[in-house]
Amino acid sequence: MYKLLLCVRYLRTRYIALASITSVMLGVATMIVVNSVLAGFTNEMRDRIHGFLADVLLESRHTEGIVEGSEETLRRVEAAIGKHVAAMTPTVEIPGMAQITYGSETYPMPISLVGIRPETKAKVGPLRNYLANHQPREVDGQTLPPLKSADAPVDWELTDEALERRRDLKQMQRDLLEQQQMLQPEVRFSDTTGEVGASDISDIPQFDDEQGDVIADAETEADTNSGIQGLLNQPPVFLPDAPEETERDFGAPLDARVYIGEGLVSYMATDPDTGEQHRVMMAEPGDDITITTVRLGKTGKPETVSFNATIVDIFRSGMSEYDGQLVLMNLEELQRKRGMLHFDPEGNIINDSITSVQIKLHDYANAEEVVKALQASFPPSAVHAGTWEDKQNVLLSAVEMETAILNVLLFLIITVAGFGILAIFFMIVVEKTRDIGILKSLGASSKGVMSIFLSYGLALGLVGSIAGVVIGLLFVRYINEIEDGLSWLTGREVFDRDIYYFDTIPTHVSPMMVFWVAVGAMAIAVLASVLPARRASRLHPVRALRFD
Amino acid sequence: MTQTLKMTTPLISAKAIQKTYTTGSHHVRVLRGAGITATEGEFISVIGQSGSGKSTMLHVLGLLDAPDVGEVLYEGKRIDNLSESARDQLRNRVFGFIFQFYHLLPELSLLENVMAPLMIRYSLLDYWKQRRAIKQQARDILEEVGLSHRIKHRPSELSGGELQRGAIARALITRPRILLADEPTGNLDAETGQEIMELLKKLNDDSKLTIVMVTHDESVAAQAHRIVRLKEGQIEKAVIANAI
Repeated sequence: MYKLLLCVRYLRTRYIALASITSVMLGVATMIVVNSVLAGFTNEMRDRIHGFLADVLLESRHTEGIVEGSEETLRRVEAAIGKHVAAMTPTVEIPGMAQITYGSETYPMPISLVGIRPETKAKVGPLRNYLANHQPREVDGQTLPPLKSADAPVDWELTDEALERRRDLKQMQRDLLEQQQMLQPEVRFSDTTGEVGASDISDIPQFDDEQGDVIADAETEADTNSGIQGLLNQPPVFLPDAPEETERDFGAPLDARVYIGEGLVSYMATDPDTGEQHRVMMAEPGDDITITTVRLGKTGKPETVSFNATIVDIFRSGMSEYDGQLVLMNLEELQRKRGMLHFDPEGNIINDSITSVQIKLHDYANAEEVVKALQASFPPSAVHAGTWEDKQNVLLSAVEMETAILNVLLFLIITVAGFGILAIFFMIVVEKTRDIGILKSLGASSKGVMSIFLSYGLALGLVGSIAGVVIGLLFVRYINEIEDGLSWLTGREVFDRDIYYFDTIPTHVSPMMVFWVAVGAMAIAVLASVLPARRASRLHPVRALRFD
Repeated sequence: MTQTLKMTTPLISAKAIQKTYTTGSHHVRVLRGAGITATEGEFISVIGQSGSGKSTMLHVLGLLDAPDVGEVLYEGKRIDNLSESARDQLRNRVFGFIFQFYHLLPELSLLENVMAPLMIRYSLLDYWKQRRAIKQQARDILEEVGLSHRIKHRPSELSGGELQRGAIARALITRPRILLADEPTGNLDAETGQEIMELLKKLNDDSKLTIVMVTHDESVAAQAHRIVRLKEGQIEKAVIANAI
């Protein structure tokens, strides 16, 4: 009882100990805030990557696809792991180039071209959330509802707005053509089969029919060749659009349809007057772009193939790696352009090749099992099966290690606090030397005296930890308000929304993390008090009594 | 009261005590084969100059310090070589200490200070069960020493005389058989000092409390049954005090 009483009294009367409580408290609060924010960011990142990749991936090792064809592949997957599958979708993934025309410039850019079936892709991941037509829009500071209603399916249909835009543009071009024809009747202006959403006619490439050679725009040719240079000795092939048959087709979108990443067709501009940043679109749904990619030619050697596609929607996932590189295309058209469709003599499709299958599982816990089953069903030389984490292993491991190192460093802060406790305790023990002598003269054991100080250390750690947890959690809860305050105070935006793609700072508080941080801090406090406590217990009663 | 020589077993005795203190390379032989005995109910004063080793003798008797050579016997049995926990127990149950500078714990109230030895004696659970009884015991003793009106005060708020009486109360709560007093009046003025002496004599008379008191003051020493003189670490002679 005397130990408890003294411990409590020391807590209440010694304000210098507050200094050590404060350091423990700050260390705990810091660890909680930093861990929560880091976990928030990491989780967001993981979610987005995961959302895009689905749970398990079956991928062909080469660009011409899984040799069995999509139907057989899907059947085999179903047979191997069907009971685990919640949804799956076939894709064709291939690198390529996209070219848009904006103003009087053409912008060729490298892209990752992915042919998808949106009905099934939307089941495997949150595709709908990433497409601009299905999300609320910000126009002049107002939030408007999405262009497509909530129950509209994710497909390749243009919105009415896009169709209108397209028709207006076509009309403009037609008018311009007529004008020029009238002014220069001797020059033949062929129909614009390759327009890319701009108004300058001179940039429109002129092409012959499908089998013929290309009289391509010198700029385009050089760029497409430079992108896939070295492999190709074949002349690039351009697949022209189907000609507009009737007036009803006027302004109709092309067969090839794409969702294009926002980063590919827009940029951030700073208003010179206000200093505010806003996004400027260089191409919008309804516009056409030129896509170039590679396929195996008729001679068995790789060749480039180019074609035009109509933008149906803008893809915005929040990850710049995707938004700046991804072009999602209707699978069948991509297959057709790449010669991945196989026809029977009547012209019906009997088989089609795909390069990967994305699978969503009912329960991710079964992923290992699923991967093994898939590996058994397909030859490993041709087909690779893995989880999304396997695919992104490098990135995820790096983030994990960062988190671990950060935690070690932060814990060192608390250790520093521990040394503070050590120093303060030594001081207190010296101060209490006489009292320790008194206690021993009254019959207190050395162990008893030691435990007074050990429990004092524990009490300090406890108070500091709890205060730290409360402050840390409050900080996390109100972090956005705090960030606003800081930004106002320092005059510049602390959390740049454009860099980070988030509206609010993402946080994720893990109860286990909070628990271990608190326990760890208390442990350090107790450890720090061991040496002073031992010293106290070993004081010689007579010498202690005479001290001062 | 005339002193009669009783051939009774001494309650407490120290035999041939030698004790040396070392500070760095400096050796000080404080006790050089001194011995002391007290029978039950005796009130002994130990007198000597400072540095004569009288306080050390007291500490050795009360097991606060261990002799380099010699023995301490309680009821005829040796106690200086017992285990640490046994010695702690003896200090808690058999001996009571009071010091020149009172040595009350500053963070505790007077009442709590008096209860402290019992808080030390009992485990947390046992203490909790008996807390009312213990509190009452403390109150009673404080009443006995005349401090009932000050029990809630902190030591910093009490006068020297009150503090020493409080210390006596603390020493008594364990019902010790031997009270060891190290210069109990050393820090008090003559009048207050005498009050304390009256209290000590009363306790000795009423409850046959054995008291071994160290002092440098002759007039204080003379109030005991018997005076023992220490000079340079050795007993000078045993003097039979005058009738008190």
